[in-house]
Amino acid sequence: MAMNSASEGFLTTRLDEIIGWARRNSLWPMPMGISCCAIEMMAFAGPRYDVARFGSEAFRFSPRQCDLMIVAGTVTYKMSHVVRKIYDQMPDPKWVIAMGACTSTGGMYRSYSVVQGIDQFIPVDVYVAGCPPRPDNLLKGLMEVQKKIARGEKPGQAEKVYITETA
Amino acid sequence: MTPDELRAQLTEKFGTLIESVTVYRGETTVVAAKTCIADLARFLRDDPACQFNSLRDVCGADYYRPGERYEVVYNLYSLPHKTRLRVKVRVGEDDLHVPTVSHVWAGANWAERETYDMFGIQFDGHPDLRRMYLPEEFEHYPLRKDFPLMGIPGSLPLPRK
Amino acid sequence: MPSSVIEPKQKILRALEDQDTTVTFEDPLENEMVLNMGPQHPATHGVLRLLVRLDGETIVSAVPDLGYLHRGYEKIAENSTYHEFIPHTDRLDYLSPLANNVAYVLAVEKLAGIEAPPRAQYIRVICAELARLASHLVWIGTMAMDVGAVTVLLWGFREREKIQDIWDLLTGVRFTTSFTRIGGIAQDISDETLAAIRGFLDQFHTGLSECQNILIKNKIFIGRCEGVGYLSPADALAYGVTGPCLRASGIGHDLRRDEPYLVYPDLDFDVPVYDDGDTLARFYVRLQEIKESVKILRQALEKLPHGPVHASDPKKVLPRKERTYSRMEELIHDFMIVNFGINPPVGEIYHAIEGSKGELGFYLVSHGEGYPWRLKIRSPSFVNLQAMPVMLKGGMISDVVAVIGSVDPVMGEADK
Repeated sequence: MAMNSASEGFLTTRLDEIIGWARRNSLWPMPMGISCCAIEMMAFAGPRYDVARFGSEAFRFSPRQCDLMIVAGTVTYKMSHVVRKIYDQMPDPKWVIAMGACTSTGGMYRSYSVVQGIDQFIPVDVYVAGCPPRPDNLLKGLMEVQKKIARGEKPGQAEKVYITETA
Repeated sequence: MTPDELRAQLTEKFGTLIESVTVYRGETTVVAAKTCIADLARFLRDDPACQFNSLRDVCGADYYRPGERYEVVYNLYSLPHKTRLRVKVRVGEDDLHVPTVSHVWAGANWAERETYDMFGIQFDGHPDLRRMYLPEEFEHYPLRKDFPLMGIPGSLPLPRK
Repeated sequence: MPSSVIEPKQKILRALEDQDTTVTFEDPLENEMVLNMGPQHPATHGVLRLLVRLDGETIVSAVPDLGYLHRGYEKIAENSTYHEFIPHTDRLDYLSPLANNVAYVLAVEKLAGIEAPPRAQYIRVICAELARLASHLVWIGTMAMDVGAVTVLLWGFREREKIQDIWDLLTGVRFTTSFTRIGGIAQDISDETLAAIRGFLDQFHTGLSECQNILIKNKIFIGRCEGVGYLSPADALAYGVTGPCLRASGIGHDLRRDEPYLVYPDLDFDVPVYDDGDTLARFYVRLQEIKESVKILRQALEKLPHGPVHASDPKKVLPRKERTYSRMEELIHDFMIVNFGINPPVGEIYHAIEGSKGELGFYLVSHGEGYPWRLKIRSPSFVNLQAMPVMLKGGMISDVVAVIGSVDPVMGEADK
């Protein structure tokens, strides 16, 4: 008799849900703080817009121990190789938040040395608009990544979630 | 010292190598021939009436004109006298060489490297003339007027996705 | 044996006789290594890459590698009008954006021959000093965190959030403000904002003394900072170092006093100078500067005159929005200034202010058009970083972090 596919599916989905719950409530960010957005990211980790209550206070600067890379700041062509190297060093599953206008589309820098959007060399999950985005905007971005994990979507491959400036 | 005194002293020492000394909005600018810049720098630093002991900035400018296309501009400051001075040197496109002043003020080292990076002006006698901001393999000089703002596609490599 | 063999053999024997007779041989574990403190590093204050040649733990030499944040500002400036470039100046020294706005606008006004009215100048002084406070709060937080006292970062950010609330009230934005305009500032300061600034200043000393008391008598902090990263006054002058790094090496040079701009001649403040030239001296200089900034702010708030906040030069100063929408003249001027620029006369100037890191200068060349022909940004962090190898030489590898913290480079302006 064939295994009841519904019950087999039931067990694995329950397990997936638990793993997803654990993953999304302990997203350890890898702060790729490059320029001005990095200061707002520090404020996002700071005492007022506390990110510790989302489980993400462990800003490990080693890529081997993180699962969420927040690229904060203008990525130039020279820096893009470094960002890619660090992205490659992160273990799967990994998510990427493109924080700010510079990482989303190159921002206000239409010049010869700025990459017009990091999605040219890294798969991005969530774009957070702003220059720099307010820390509460970035918190919304983090929550969107959490919702994405809850829906069970594969990192970097699902439909992109865009966030506009709320405040 | 006043601009007139400065002009008198410089022409006495360097003669026709000093092309002009002008004042605009309270700032004195000396235009000199590029061959004498190293001696002029040493004189400006050591002479007790001048004592320009702090080089604030070295930059280049592309005037995009026939003849002497570029200029190298030195912004100086004298801490004892609290005065500023600007020294400009004209460089033609056919001979993009200027003697270095990094042996007079050590701070000129990086500033001249940046000028080389942006304009392609070679500084003779510089201890370590390589690019400052852009990768070494980059073949163009971005701040020249004929280099486009958006750059030349493919001139800077990007990692694969 | 032929003489061609005896000769060199005797030479070697003679050389060996002159040498110390203890046997030396090539150490298979070669001690010198080049360590890459790469652009992505928790303690390099942004994307600074330091290549450090080490002999064991001692630094033989260090070479900073810049350019990871080179965004092409000067090329962008040649392609935008003078007003369009103001938001770009925010992102230069991004810890104190208002100060950069003030510096750039002062340079353009010098070029164009405009002077802002007194009320605008006082408000600009308030903005610049608040920006200096905010920058130094991040500095004390990051330097203490790098050296080990992580709590100070959170306390510094707590105070900085209050300053950012003031900026929110004053300019509408938390962070990258773009508040100053050519000929004045964007909008007048309201009484609510003035009350907020006074309230902040009244309670600031408790927050500052918390941060200060945990550090200045702390044996570990002093042990990590004293005698580390020495910069002699001669070296500092030769490299063109300015700002707190120069004042910590014994040279009392501050542009607010030596080449005053805005209304600094009317304000009474001291310039802290220390002779030691090491990391601890730089720490003390900045700590004193925070206190002096509070003094300056209180005086500026008291002396704030009434009056307009825009200069009256219709061809160069953007008119007020409510007049633009209701009057023809102002509409035409607005259109011309925004689209074609302010067209200052042909000439070149250099103007500098005392930013929180040192002398922030703008060299502007105008050919009479609305766009600058050449804009060069003299950034203090670029020059201070050049003096860093001198400070690091002979130190230990763990001193690198303390020295970088005390020099306080901001890569946004170092890389332009």
